[in-house]
Amino acid sequence: MTLKSDDVRSIAHLARLHIDEDAIEHYVHDLSSILSLVDQMNQVDSSAVVPLANPLDATQRLRTDEVTEVDQRDKFQVIAPDVEAGLYRVPKVIE
Amino acid sequence: MSMSVTEIRRGLAEGRFSSVEVTQDYLARIAQHNPVLNCFISVTDELALAQARQADADLANGNTQALTGVPIAHKDLFCTDGVRTSCGSRILDNFIAPYDATIIENFKRDGAVMLGKTNMDEFAMGSSNENSFYGSVANPWNIGHVPGGSSGGSAAAIAAGLAPGATGTDTGGSIRQPAALCGVTGIKPTYGRVSRYGMVAFASSLDQGGPFARSAEDCALLLQTMAGFDPRDSTSSEQAVPDYSAALGDGIEGLKIGLPKEYFSEGLDGRLAAVIETAVDELRKLGADIKEISLPNTSLSIPTYYVVAMAECSSNLSRFDGVRFGHRCADPVDLEDLYKRSRGEGFGEEVKRRILIGTYALSAGYYDAYYLKAQQLRRMIKDDFQTAFDSVDLILGPTTPEVAFEIGAKTDDPVSMYLQDIYTISLNLAGLPGISLPVGFVDGLPVGMQLIGNYFDESTLLGAAHSYQQVSDWHLQVPELAR
Repeated sequence: MTLKSDDVRSIAHLARLHIDEDAIEHYVHDLSSILSLVDQMNQVDSSAVVPLANPLDATQRLRTDEVTEVDQRDKFQVIAPDVEAGLYRVPKVIE
Repeated sequence: MSMSVTEIRRGLAEGRFSSVEVTQDYLARIAQHNPVLNCFISVTDELALAQARQADADLANGNTQALTGVPIAHKDLFCTDGVRTSCGSRILDNFIAPYDATIIENFKRDGAVMLGKTNMDEFAMGSSNENSFYGSVANPWNIGHVPGGSSGGSAAAIAAGLAPGATGTDTGGSIRQPAALCGVTGIKPTYGRVSRYGMVAFASSLDQGGPFARSAEDCALLLQTMAGFDPRDSTSSEQAVPDYSAALGDGIEGLKIGLPKEYFSEGLDGRLAAVIETAVDELRKLGADIKEISLPNTSLSIPTYYVVAMAECSSNLSRFDGVRFGHRCADPVDLEDLYKRSRGEGFGEEVKRRILIGTYALSAGYYDAYYLKAQQLRRMIKDDFQTAFDSVDLILGPTTPEVAFEIGAKTDDPVSMYLQDIYTISLNLAGLPGISLPVGFVDGLPVGMQLIGNYFDESTLLGAAHSYQQVSDWHLQVPELAR
């Protein structure tokens, strides 16, 4: 599997990850070599195998719908990059 | 001065020294050696001494718990209330955790003293500790070589005598591989045995916390504190936790131990194979019944692992967006710019590679070819182990294909770095427990042997490792700088 520069640009956009333009070729090379390794999976026909998502084949445990967490907004906002009036500030989204 | 956890507990109980004295000793050793070894990202001197003073008061009052007054170091991806939790990443360089991970609470409950937070590959992604924003860790046996990763700081700290015990996490070998490369003992428990609450997630279906120490005896004590059901971790096991220390005496006689032929084939340095064979002979003398077995899908474990791990990491790491905590870029022009540049500046090279591969594998049209396919192979790998455990009690092999390599030797080739995990990652895919213990040296660098147990059978692993350590002294060897 070989990627092209535009593939890397579009994956980086999906991942919301800025990649410097002069590093793109480097990623094309590295990611393509990782995908070649990954392609070894196709040596085996596994079409009849049931996928394994949890190593213990466990299912999600449910709990009763009760409030267990307390409000810690002030504590959490202390470590935020930009807050105002108890809210998290980001650049303007809606004009 | 390389005391074990067991010796420190005894010394404290007998009043031969105080927790403050032993804590000061370790802090002094950290101050002396950390500038070269770089094991610690943060040293919490004041907190440690406050906890030690409290421990001494508790000891005087007879109010003692399992680890009262014992100094421990924690991998810097366990959240510690009020203490920076960086995960080895620039993106969390300014992150002061607002709460404790469950295992941190457990160590507090049991009276342990926290010395500091140890260095690691960024977000636990790496096998050499070279991917840390805070720089590489040096292997105490030869400072030009890597300590292994991702929990390299914890393993090197134990080897150098900068802590008697430490925590780590293991997603593909990140406890066992650095334990092997640094000549210490480390156990990755069964998936679900140790709570993942407050442990920064890398790959949620693979991640598992566990301890490092000088011996299996010490690991049993530390695992006892860490293990147990936690309602705050949805994959935590409700299975009762046995008394690990009580099981140490169970010995090895009569245990059936399987050697997978795939673990002793091409790729393994012949000198390591010879060291492992000598250790196997010792186990035979102790009464183990050794037989060859096969894990036929071993070669598929690396591609399978990297698809599962990278897919899950791309999803988990999407939470680092520069909005509520962590690094934010300067002067974002809009929200997309804020996300992209905060993440681009905050993450290192290896983390970016894995996020990109994971994003690709999960993107529209590729899910079946990658993630679904990997989950199918994952079941085949798990089935191999289950078949093997029908006829053996333990599986034995090398922990790594070679001893610690030179710093910089593999940094240009991510795939050759991934191949270091060949013997460790299949356990994470299957969710099985494994322990690495030192069994000799090649070129003056430690060799680790891995024992693999059945689900929730950490007791047998610890007992077998302890039996071996009763008749060998590899685990008592210390590097020159720790003497």
